[in-house]
Amino acid sequence: TRSTQKLAAGITDTFTKRKLDDAALEELEDLLITADLGPAAAARVIRAFRRTRFGQDVSAPEIRASLAEEVAKILAPVAQPLAIDRSKNPFVILMVGVNGTGKTTTIGKLAQSYAEAGARPLLVAGDTFRAAAVEQLQVWGERTGAPVMTGPANADPAGLAFDAIARARRDGHDIVLIDTAGRLHNKAALMEELRKIIRVIRKQDETAPHAVLLTLDATTGQNAIAQVATFKEMVDLTGLIVTKLDGSARAGVVVALAETAALPIHAVGVGEQAADLRPFDATEFARALTGADADRPA
Amino acid sequence: MFDALSGKLGDVFDRLRRRGALSESDVIEAMRDIRLALLEADVALPVVRDFIAKVRLQAVGAEVLRAVSPGQQVVKIVNDALVDALGGEGAVPLNLNAASPIPFLMVGLQGSGKTTTSGKIALLLKEKQRKKVLLASLDTQRPAAQLQLAQLAERAGVASLPIVPGETPVQIARRAMETGRREVFDVVILDTAGRLAIDQALMDEVKAIRDVTAPAETLLVVDAMTGQDALATATAFNEAVSITGIVMTRLDGDARGGAALSMRAVTGAPIKLMGMGEKLDALEPFHPERIAGRILGMGDIVSLVEKA
Ligand SMILES: Nc1nc2c(ncn2[C@@H]2O[C@H](COP(=O)(O)OP(=O)(O)OP(=O)(O)O)[C@@H](O)[C@H]2O)c(=O)[nH]1
Ligand SMILES: Nc1nc2c(ncn2[C@@H]2O[C@H](COP(=O)(O)OP(=O)(O)OP(=O)(O)O)[C@@H](O)[C@H]2O)c(=O)[nH]1
Ligand SMILES: [Mg+2]
Ligand SMILES: [Mg+2]
Repeated sequence: TRSTQKLAAGITDTFTKRKLDDAALEELEDLLITADLGPAAAARVIRAFRRTRFGQDVSAPEIRASLAEEVAKILAPVAQPLAIDRSKNPFVILMVGVNGTGKTTTIGKLAQSYAEAGARPLLVAGDTFRAAAVEQLQVWGERTGAPVMTGPANADPAGLAFDAIARARRDGHDIVLIDTAGRLHNKAALMEELRKIIRVIRKQDETAPHAVLLTLDATTGQNAIAQVATFKEMVDLTGLIVTKLDGSARAGVVVALAETAALPIHAVGVGEQAADLRPFDATEFARALTGADADRPA
Repeated sequence: MFDALSGKLGDVFDRLRRRGALSESDVIEAMRDIRLALLEADVALPVVRDFIAKVRLQAVGAEVLRAVSPGQQVVKIVNDALVDALGGEGAVPLNLNAASPIPFLMVGLQGSGKTTTSGKIALLLKEKQRKKVLLASLDTQRPAAQLQLAQLAERAGVASLPIVPGETPVQIARRAMETGRREVFDVVILDTAGRLAIDQALMDEVKAIRDVTAPAETLLVVDAMTGQDALATATAFNEAVSITGIVMTRLDGDARGGAALSMRAVTGAPIKLMGMGEKLDALEPFHPERIAGRILGMGDIVSLVEKA
């Protein structure tokens, strides 16, 4: 991709036949900043990197590979697939996040993968606010063969979620995926609405929701840190899905998130189709971030 | 986060204040922290570098007003340079100087707010300018996208182009302009599917749409939360379709909006409007002063120097 190439080219220019000295490390830090790590996390990564590599003669591919290792070390603990507990009846997943980040699309993708694995997901059109949000989810239902539970426009999403769990039990759905309207984390009333959905769901099953997932748009910069912190505090997030990684943004902010929020990253979105969801792989992600994936294997 | 940063900058300027004069080393030291502040506000790194270099030149040797400290003077210099870089004071209006029906083309990444902003602009033109507006969705990609725009049109009380399944975006664009002429609309707003900057096929498609409609405004709709990718996005869209204006959405959030500076710097296009919420009336003229203050986070000091 464009920014990977830019990053890779930057490292090549800087480091071919060069010692990894202060100036070189500073440029490397700048390259991490352009991948959205943020100045603080970029400085931390470079500090750790300096300890192991300082002063050595290094080639460009070597530097990319070992920088990627450094980043992968930070990400490895949060790379965890979403485990579905089959003893739950049903397993309830609540999808949350700021506007336009990919909640509805990701529900479609998850429904597809669960259906392929032999499960019977039920989709819940909990976004009763945005224009045609219900119809959008209904298209995903048709594409994946999953039924979609809907309520009237501007209906209370909490009541709808409550009814959906009852329906899932009745009709034998083992997974319930609840879509919610996009909301900015700084809007207290909207965050309270999410808490209410959770409270009402718990009247059906006090262990639910079993996963509260936030979709994080890969183009998001440092505001992601505030986003995740607030959603985590308000609705007990259990994990993240990074969307739109097929674009030029590298989502380096997840490195800072792995250090601060330490939430599992379950998957990444790499396109707009049902099949475009991948497990989050720390090494692969780190190699894309540093441009190491552009090097041919030795 | 805002406050921590202001505090941090405050410390630097306190240091400057005690020293009394703006020597070159004072300014360089201050700029190191300004650089950090801008990066934390998501201004793209190359834009930060240019900005710092320019402002450093202006600041060294600058006269200090008697009533304020040198540190406060630096804040004011940095702030003014930011306002300038964001387009100077005041807002640039939408271009309505074209033959009717005037085409507006909305472009941007997936989920940036194009469809909602189309509805908002339609409402604005209808209410404030008494224009007869036609909304047309060229989005054949996203599920229910055309229906979404039709529902927004209904809410805004404006017309929308009837949905004809199976048409390509270019065909819809042609039909929209024909309808606009035949039914005497003042403005036709063409909403397009979200596309990635690196998606050559879809970039070619939007070029084709531009070629058949010759828009008076080609508006790039961007999310205020955008990080360093603002540079790649703005560059790619500008190269493909020559952006005439930028709309920044979700400024009702708490993102500091540094992408505004990046986008403006690489396209030279004015930021015309800001999205302040999900409702159709949540659209405001862009105020460079307000966003500069938000990026820098030192509004108090700026107004203090202004009063001096
Ligand atoms: N390229 C790309 N586009 C994506 C991806 N995930 C979602 N999108 C697109 O992003 C846009 C927004 O996705 P939605 O699923 O509607 O986002 P949302 O969070 O439900 O949005 P709201 O409900 O309005 O808050 C759509 O155009 C999707 O097709 C991805 O992984 N890659
Ligand atoms: N809070 C807030 N939300 C906004 C604003 N503008 C748009 N949105 C929301 O952002 C989400 C995405 O908006 P859309 O208009 O569907 O975005 P789009 O660019 O058309 O998306 P695609 O067509 O999928 O590429 C919706 O939930 C909107 O309500 C804004 O200024 N503030
Ligand atoms: Mg949605
Ligand atoms: Mg749209």
